[in-house]
Amino acid sequence: MILVLVDHDRGEIDPLSLRALTAARKIDQSIEAVVIGSQAECLAGIVGQYGATTLHVATHAAITDYTPMASGRALKELVEKLKPAAVLAAGSPRGNEQLAHLAAFLDIPMAAECSEITLGSPHHVLRARWGGNLIESANVHAQLLVATIVSFSVEPESVSGAAAKVVAFEPALQPEDFVVKILQRDSGETSGGITLIDAKVIVSGGRGVGGPAGFGNLEELATLLGGAVGCSRVVTSSGWRPHAEQVGQTGTKVAPDLYIAAGISGAMQHIAGMKNSKTIVVINTDPEAPILRYADYAIIGDLHQVIPALTSAIRQAKG
Amino acid sequence: MDVLVCLKRVPLAGGTLMLTPDSRDIETKHLGFGISPHEENAVEAGVQLVEQMGGTLTLLTLGPSDAEEQLRSQLAIGATRAVLIETDGQEWDPQGTAAALVDAINGEETKFDLIIFGAESADSAGYQIHIRVAHALNLPVITNVKSMKIENGVAHCERVVPNGREHYEAPLPAIVTVRDGLNIPRYPSVPGRMQARKKTVDMKKAETRIPKLEKVTLALAPSKDKGAQILGKGAEAVPALVDVLKQIGAIA
Ligand SMILES: Cc1cc2nc3c(=O)[nH]c(=O)nc-3n(C[C@H](O)[C@H](O)[C@H](O)COP(=O)(O)OP(=O)(O)OC[C@H]3O[C@@H](n4cnc5c(N)ncnc54)[C@H](O)[C@@H]3O)c2cc1C
Ligand SMILES: Nc1ncnc2c1ncn2[C@@H]1O[C@H](COP(=O)(O)O)[C@@H](O)[C@H]1O
Repeated sequence: MILVLVDHDRGEIDPLSLRALTAARKIDQSIEAVVIGSQAECLAGIVGQYGATTLHVATHAAITDYTPMASGRALKELVEKLKPAAVLAAGSPRGNEQLAHLAAFLDIPMAAECSEITLGSPHHVLRARWGGNLIESANVHAQLLVATIVSFSVEPESVSGAAAKVVAFEPALQPEDFVVKILQRDSGETSGGITLIDAKVIVSGGRGVGGPAGFGNLEELATLLGGAVGCSRVVTSSGWRPHAEQVGQTGTKVAPDLYIAAGISGAMQHIAGMKNSKTIVVINTDPEAPILRYADYAIIGDLHQVIPALTSAIRQAKG
Repeated sequence: MDVLVCLKRVPLAGGTLMLTPDSRDIETKHLGFGISPHEENAVEAGVQLVEQMGGTLTLLTLGPSDAEEQLRSQLAIGATRAVLIETDGQEWDPQGTAAALVDAINGEETKFDLIIFGAESADSAGYQIHIRVAHALNLPVITNVKSMKIENGVAHCERVVPNGREHYEAPLPAIVTVRDGLNIPRYPSVPGRMQARKKTVDMKKAETRIPKLEKVTLALAPSKDKGAQILGKGAEAVPALVDVLKQIGAIA
């Protein structure tokens, strides 16, 4: 049996968890899911649809919000009871963090960001490094495999499963699990009301935009297409745009329907954050720019001419 | 306030990567070395804290003796001293690395108020060394921090999540991991570089451990050239692009 940690934000499921459930089902027919915190019983339907027969719900008076160390301890308790072959989660910041706590409690290895898993002795994984530009083949020497699934490596696939059976349990937690406290939440920094990660269209600018003022044209185009503005690291480290807009290995990883890269050369750390976009359009003065290898369509030219022309042509087309 | 920053020497690759003949490492003959952007932010944060509150900033790395280069360049922006746990050049697995860092931290006379890590290492991205260290030292850990303030012995941190920001706090001593964007790291000044040459880098040895997460080989991620369709040059190509956008449904 494989146990999948399904992550949620106060009852709302993280869609990456559905990919983790799908990935688990490709390794083992028998999967069960676990959620941490109350408000999560409502997820029994959806995890059932993605193949989990049982949903273990860790509830505890002190778990009122995200508490990663408590998650780790609750997972440890469950794992010791159920003895699954593997514990998987999405390779999201939260998935990686909670499973790292589990692995630290058990003092066993954790393989983060896996794209392929073969259970055995030792277990074998392929995992992403350098933002997915390198694939590591690794052996994992432990009885229990603790691993996270790299984002976008599997498409979520549902099966016509019934709702999972809910089994609640109250883990024995310790005061130190709650030393780190979430105090407050704010809604996001968005451009035009759409966050980068949810945007269907991203108009992204790099050093070629030349300065903060040049981004006005990109904003206008993004708004027209109902999308958000993104950028490269050169742009954020020059202070031209807020860091929340940075796409790439150390920024946000995105996969919109349309990614327009203007004045971005295509360093591998940028590619790491956008190569899964459905359609990639490049605007660059350099016909040899590395980003062209990842593009579906390209215009060779100065973005300061192409973008305003594109914006007015789209306005016309929309009538 | 005594701060420790943990950092890792990594090759600085830009465009295309090459592997060594045995496919176990990145070919670094033509590459420079540095540290992850996250860790540059970590050092900058440490320097700022010590500037504001007094105290010391120590750097700690596990790596080949050449990692002294990265320590010196970070000492040049204002760290006090550095510790290098020397390996034979092979990369260690996360458990082995964390255990060696813990031994080194326990061996220090200074009891650090704050230990700062990068959110993940640039080359390996295991997402775990800080958490293992936190467990071993019995310290609270806040990860992925994008903004941080220390007040009255409490670390106030913000983390950016898809739907906004989360505010966390933990009493010191604590571990925090920081992300690119936390601050804009300064460049070393010329006097800074001169001073860095005279600062102490303590060399230590650690016992090698058998890796539990055992790297076998590396491979380049398949990246087929998508064979971009060149729509034309300059603004003249815009109508062709508009047609494409209509086809893919980006314009209704
Ligand atoms: C560990 C690590 C992590 C990193 N993480 C990230 C990350 O998350 N995201 C990221 O983006 N980078 C990241 N980087 C930095 C990355 O390596 C590159 O330095 C960066 O992506 C380059 O940004 P750029 O393409 O905007 O600039 P450049 O590489 O300078 O490219 C500018 C491009 O603009 C074109 N251009 C110039 N003028 C015009 C014009 N008028 N019209 C059209 N085109 C024009 C040029 O031909 C060129 O192709 C990271 C680096 C490291 C070492
Ligand atoms: N060899 C090392 N020496 C010192 N610190 C390290 C080393 N490797 C990783 N770290 C620190 O641990 C963080 C997380 O690394 P990782 O678990 O590999 O993603 C990095 O950003 C560094 O701050």
